[in-house]
Amino acid sequence: MSVDAPIENLPLRQRFTRGLDAPICLTWELTYACNLACVHCLSSSGRRDPLELTPAETLHVVDELADMRVFYVNIGGGEPMLRPDFFDLLSYAVDHKVGVKFSTNGTRLTAERARRLAGMDYVDVQISIDGALASTNDAVRGEGSFAAARTAMDNLAAADFGQFKISVVVTRENVTQLDQFSTIAESYGAQLRLTRLRPSGRGVDAWDALHPTADQQRMLYHWLLERPDVLTGDSFFHLSALGEPLDGLNLCGAGRVVCLIDPVGDVYACPFVIDDEFLAGSVRQEGGFARVWRQSDLFRSLREPQSAGACASCGSYDACQGGCMAAKFFTGLPLDGPDPECVFGHGEDALAARGSGPAPVAAVGHSKVDRRGVPLPVPTPVRFRTPARA
Amino acid sequence: MSVTDERAPVPALAFDPDLAWGVHPQVALRDESFGALAYHYGTRRLLFLKSRPLVELVSSLDQYESATAAIVAVVPPEQRPAYRRALARLAASEVIGVR
Repeated sequence: MSVDAPIENLPLRQRFTRGLDAPICLTWELTYACNLACVHCLSSSGRRDPLELTPAETLHVVDELADMRVFYVNIGGGEPMLRPDFFDLLSYAVDHKVGVKFSTNGTRLTAERARRLAGMDYVDVQISIDGALASTNDAVRGEGSFAAARTAMDNLAAADFGQFKISVVVTRENVTQLDQFSTIAESYGAQLRLTRLRPSGRGVDAWDALHPTADQQRMLYHWLLERPDVLTGDSFFHLSALGEPLDGLNLCGAGRVVCLIDPVGDVYACPFVIDDEFLAGSVRQEGGFARVWRQSDLFRSLREPQSAGACASCGSYDACQGGCMAAKFFTGLPLDGPDPECVFGHGEDALAARGSGPAPVAAVGHSKVDRRGVPLPVPTPVRFRTPARA
Repeated sequence: MSVTDERAPVPALAFDPDLAWGVHPQVALRDESFGALAYHYGTRRLLFLKSRPLVELVSSLDQYESATAAIVAVVPPEQRPAYRRALARLAASEVIGVR
């Protein structure tokens, strides 16, 4: 444990904010390579990075996670199934009691691979769609991506994989389709998983037009309260300020109970902030991942009591804890202030007051570029309706 | 963050303290300062054992012929009803199972 103060008498949630000996789980982006170019990609993926961890290095990371008794990893990318050693890593992880949940766009989830997955224990598959209709989905994820995802779901069902998950990033455009997403999930016996749109990666550019309106957020909160079977990865905890808390820990776990390993082995505090400011170290350093988790200055500082800052006088601070660090960071808001989507509108005020500073810019990251280094446009012309304001 | 996707309901099992219990074979316990984390690889549920004495009780179950015997051996009399309820909750979540 890397905190000095005695914490035996603190409530459980506060103890989590002081950090655990090892993460409960972590996000592991296996590659920056992707055959899609979603407008909201958290990791600005597209091109493989030549310095990505080698197959041997990934197995060594699994050894470390197993030693630390990390229960499972959330594998993503990029598109993780593009890695030639994807199945080797999966087998190695589950053989070492590190469960795997992986997110895929489904384009490489063939019937044969679905059968292979169906034969593995401790592997959960999350197929991403961002619209219940092809038109809504493909506007964000690219032409043909909805059909590809449905084919992958069909393949898993035909292989008797069991209960897979359908993962949806809630946007202004698809928030009206929540019941339709449920219907799709039910038709496969799948679990629906909704997560929050973050202004990270290419999402910096997409967030303004795509993040749900205040009214939509309230609707979403009540919809979720009535459906405890819908998974959220604890990602809507900022909505708990509306009243009854949503299921989950309802806290920011960055560097405390979760973190991110990126494709080149860099360790970041938060799955949604691939930025130098939140870089804690690398699994390639001496001492590996364990040393970064236990000793990095960044993680130690995140485990100190945090200031409520501008939120200190708000009666709901205990419920929402000031919201999401990534959302604040990438919208240019101070970290000790309201979330940009604060349900009481304090975030909108802060965004308006931000005014003079430089507007956040999407990092090119590993987006596909032309010969001059200019990012290529997303595969389809994306047109978003002017948001309806209530 | 992506921590607690662990919301799938599990069927409630009756807890009979006179049977022999133990940590469920698909459950991993990890000690933490507050007690322990328990992860069930089958149901994919994450649970918290919120005190050290509860962790010790759960870990010692397999050394006794019944849960009652374990409770009597390791829990002070005035606390036994609370620990019996805690075991019933853990049985309902399949953290512990009948041996």
